[in-house]
Amino acid sequence: MAVIRDVMPAFQLYQPSSVADAQRLLEQNGPDALVLAGGLDSMDWLKDRIRKPKVVVDLGAIDELKGIRQTADGVEIGAMTTLTEIAQNSVIRKKYALLAQAAEVVASPQIRNQGTIGGNLSQDTRCWYYRAGWPCYRAGGNICYADTPVGRNREHAILHAERCVAVNPSDTAPACIALDAKFVVATPKGQGTIDAEDYFVGPDLDITRMNILRPGTLLTAIRIPSAWAEADFYFEKVRDRNVWDFPLMNVASATKSSGNTIQNIRIAVNAVAARPLRLKMVEDSVRGKPRSAATGEAAGKLAVEGAVPLQFNAYKIPLMRNLVKRAVGGVQEAAWAS
Amino acid sequence: MGILEWATSPLGQRVPIHIAWFLIWVAAIAGLIFLIVHAVYVRYFAREKEFRVEMSSSSTLQLPARIPRHSLAARLFHWIMAAAMFGLLFTAFLPKLGVEFNWVTYHWIAGTVLTASIVFHVIHASFYLDFWSIWPDRSDLEDARTRVQRFLGKSAALPRKFAKYPLENKLYHGVVMLSGLAVIVTGIFMMFRVRTIFFPRNPYLFSDMTWGMMYVLHGLAGVGLITLTIVHVYFAVRPEKLPITASMLVGTMSREFYLKEHDPERWVIERGPERGTANGD
Repeated sequence: MAVIRDVMPAFQLYQPSSVADAQRLLEQNGPDALVLAGGLDSMDWLKDRIRKPKVVVDLGAIDELKGIRQTADGVEIGAMTTLTEIAQNSVIRKKYALLAQAAEVVASPQIRNQGTIGGNLSQDTRCWYYRAGWPCYRAGGNICYADTPVGRNREHAILHAERCVAVNPSDTAPACIALDAKFVVATPKGQGTIDAEDYFVGPDLDITRMNILRPGTLLTAIRIPSAWAEADFYFEKVRDRNVWDFPLMNVASATKSSGNTIQNIRIAVNAVAARPLRLKMVEDSVRGKPRSAATGEAAGKLAVEGAVPLQFNAYKIPLMRNLVKRAVGGVQEAAWAS
Repeated sequence: MGILEWATSPLGQRVPIHIAWFLIWVAAIAGLIFLIVHAVYVRYFAREKEFRVEMSSSSTLQLPARIPRHSLAARLFHWIMAAAMFGLLFTAFLPKLGVEFNWVTYHWIAGTVLTASIVFHVIHASFYLDFWSIWPDRSDLEDARTRVQRFLGKSAALPRKFAKYPLENKLYHGVVMLSGLAVIVTGIFMMFRVRTIFFPRNPYLFSDMTWGMMYVLHGLAGVGLITLTIVHVYFAVRPEKLPITASMLVGTMSREFYLKEHDPERWVIERGPERGTANGD
């Protein structure tokens, strides 16, 4: 197929100044509209001419979507807040360092200056067959080009693959899940909140979407409750190029301990499935256990149960096992393991 | 707005990928229109059924009070197939209407149940039942001709009573059989594209065009089955058909209904020592 790069198709550009106006525009234009946040995902689609929306709604002029506000029960981060702001914010760094760590390893400094948390959470998958415009399941077709004996699937899913084996590439998503964040979504029926882990959609439920956003809806804020403030955090991202890259896999955990005993823990991994996975079974298995190498080892083994490797990504199974092991064992365990 | 969705393959070939989903509504509305039109026709315009009066043979006087129509095996097949069919229709089309669940797994499981039940039915009907009882014969066609002539106001002889199955029933069975075979054969091949317990995945079994046509045929037959299912359920609950529906539950129908609608010469009931057995079941 002919792909004309760097020449975007014509579209009507709207730059609303309020969430209400943006939501109304999205509702009016339905599937013909594309949301533009930082533009780092959207511009690829436009310049590759894979997506040709009639309308682009640029959220850049909406001040209420920007900034980090302390609330009675934690913080609220506007969806258009840049990743750099989050990584450098003193409250986030002090109380919710997990998110700061995650935001700090997204791509490169320039991209973090432009990229927003809403965009990082809501970005589309990077599966190159899909991004190239091939008619795969995710694009509405009836085949997965990656899940074949010769498919280039080194970066693809090992868990919860359902026809499509693409993965979610967000670094901030597992951190938000580990922090028990709530996402605020503007819909035609009003504003609603949803748990971070429920924001993401796997191909078993809808193969064409990565999250719950439908035409006419908009992610407006991320609320992080204080329940996990200043817990023991662990974030690790593995990527091909440490300078800047999407994750081959990442893990985020928030742990509350009493002495050396794990009282409570939330742990999530990403880039192993089409949505970030909260590892509830792992959480249940380690609660009340000592934070040790043995506990981490058992947690790692449990985490990869049911994993099915593709032709070129079997390495992800030991990788996930070890990341979970270190996330449960903590920083000292990570140092010991490495 | 076409009835097919098309895409461009990586080789630049324009290929069909599936049917347009609005056909779901077309099929559902077609089924509803049929039942409304039929119900109105029967209520206000249809004349009482008339059959040729045959001399009752002495054998009819010895018929049991309950005429056996469907054996237990046949009834079990019917209800298992019905459950599988509803499972397939719901898992196929509810997600397209916005109901989100892990439909693929349930769909291929239901499809496997349907396939197994159909295989059983083919063997059972071929070797243990009267295979030809469900296929139209010359008498059906002659009677259909006279019924049409009488409907059009022309003079024609009265039609005979039905054999075990009326012509409409036989034609319905034929259409369902063709649709069912289409979804089963294409569905079995489509299972090579998803992860099941049966085959290793092999999406390159056919060319993109062949796969596309397979998805289209599966979809067309699938939406056709929406209409056919609506029609079937409608007839099952019509008051005058309730004895037939009940026989699919209990296996028998009353002697009165049998003698009123069916020709004992064309649907022979063999009398056993205690109760009759259906010839042909």
